[in-house]
Amino acid sequence: MLILAATCIAMLSVMALALARALKADTAYDRILGVNMFGTKTALFIALLGFLNGRPDFLDIAIVYALINFIGMIAVLRFFEYTAVDDDQNQKEQ
Amino acid sequence: MTEIIDLVLLAMLAITALSVIFIKDLFTVVMLFGIYSFLSALIFVNLDAVDVAFTEASVGAGISTVLMLGTLALTGRKEKSSSRQTILPLLVVCVTGAALIYGTLDMPPFGDPNNPAQQHVAPRYINDSPREIGLPNMVTSVLASYRGFDTLGETAVVFAAAIGVLSLLGLPKQDRTLIQSGLKSHLVLRVVAKMIIPLIVLFALYVQFHGDYGPGGGFQAGVIAAAALILYALVFGLSVATHVVPPKVLKILAALGVLIYAGTGVVSLFLSANFLDYSVLASNPVAGQHIGIIAIELGVGITVFAAMLSIFYAFAGQAERKNIQ
Amino acid sequence: MLEIISSALLILGAFFSLTGAVGLFKFPDFFTRVHAASVTDSIATILIILGLMLRSDFDLVLVKLLFILVFMLITGPAAAHALAKSARHGGLLTLAETRGNKKESED
Repeated sequence: MLILAATCIAMLSVMALALARALKADTAYDRILGVNMFGTKTALFIALLGFLNGRPDFLDIAIVYALINFIGMIAVLRFFEYTAVDDDQNQKEQ
Repeated sequence: MTEIIDLVLLAMLAITALSVIFIKDLFTVVMLFGIYSFLSALIFVNLDAVDVAFTEASVGAGISTVLMLGTLALTGRKEKSSSRQTILPLLVVCVTGAALIYGTLDMPPFGDPNNPAQQHVAPRYINDSPREIGLPNMVTSVLASYRGFDTLGETAVVFAAAIGVLSLLGLPKQDRTLIQSGLKSHLVLRVVAKMIIPLIVLFALYVQFHGDYGPGGGFQAGVIAAAALILYALVFGLSVATHVVPPKVLKILAALGVLIYAGTGVVSLFLSANFLDYSVLASNPVAGQHIGIIAIELGVGITVFAAMLSIFYAFAGQAERKNIQ
Repeated sequence: MLEIISSALLILGAFFSLTGAVGLFKFPDFFTRVHAASVTDSIATILIILGLMLRSDFDLVLVKLLFILVFMLITGPAAAHALAKSARHGGLLTLAETRGNKKESED
């Protein structure tokens, strides 16, 4: 119980750090990295919450999260391959 | 413990919302919306509302992000900075917010089971649902049987949204040639996607039929199945995807789902009971309820799948029309 | 006995994910940050899910945890690889190349 709670708090701090990375990033790719890390940690966090509250039915949601994180990443990458490169250079100049 | 988790999550939510307002780069805003949706789903999980968290995760973080990125591919990435003064709107918002907060001071304590709102309908459902319907997941029994008419309205709204988007943007035609656009150079990704997409469709079927016993149901299953095909279209290209699921089939499927749902109600009418009263569908009322719930969940799943996928086809078709790769 | 092993695995998993998050800020270049994020993601996933598996009985929950583990192990590194490759195609330079360019332009 205590160990689960401690791991939950560790996950929350990791998520906060990933969020900070998504907010303050040098390039657009850093933001994508932050969101990706946020997504995978959220999936683990839901599994931990399920065990903490004694309801392991939450695992379905963890599976959906991992899935949606992956699909979102692929959509973002497709977006980048599609739009021109000069958008990214404008971003770096700011 | 749950209070600490709630506080931290709400704080992160507030930070995300504030930065969405002040950041001018729309791509970052789309990423932050994805994080926002993840956080809301976590808060729902913490509040023990598992079905809602399911739907929020799949629709908010998955489909919305994909569609917003599709829009960004057509419009620009920078938000136009507005030159108007914002003092008066800020004042109005602050006054309204203060009035609302003052109004909530009178409300009963949060989550107390003796609240007046929990005394009318909830005890009746909780007490009678195991006897009348007999499903372990009480959310499904309320959604599909006790409030079946509302769910029919929801399904019709999803269908209407699909019709609206299709009438504005139009579906891409199924190409004669098979243009392999998509992520051509990402070989690892193509192999992994080929391995995973059948598993995702299988998982969607599991969610559809397991909705009676655990979190899930027709809506979530339709969204996950649509997400699997969106992944296929993203990695292999839109024209290949239109060969797998042709747009004409999607138009028929979208209408078919609503037809199945309303048709179940009409069958009950013909068997001399009320509209959407499933107890007459079999000799045993509880078995009739089960049959009715399976039928309408199937209708909801089919319509939601077809609607989501056709909206994605409409957006992606516009993007491909602008820039054929 | 299983409790102790499971707790040890959970603590290790939390430690690795924390180091990954710190590395996200401390590393100098984008490609090194991808390395930090994805490697620590994988190892933290394995350790935490193994720790949770030891806490449950042999039923459907165990199978679902196994499914999550397999899925995240397949898609995590693939997504990180795709991200790094996409950044490379987008013209992002590594730190060594940026320094090399700067030295060339200074000569």
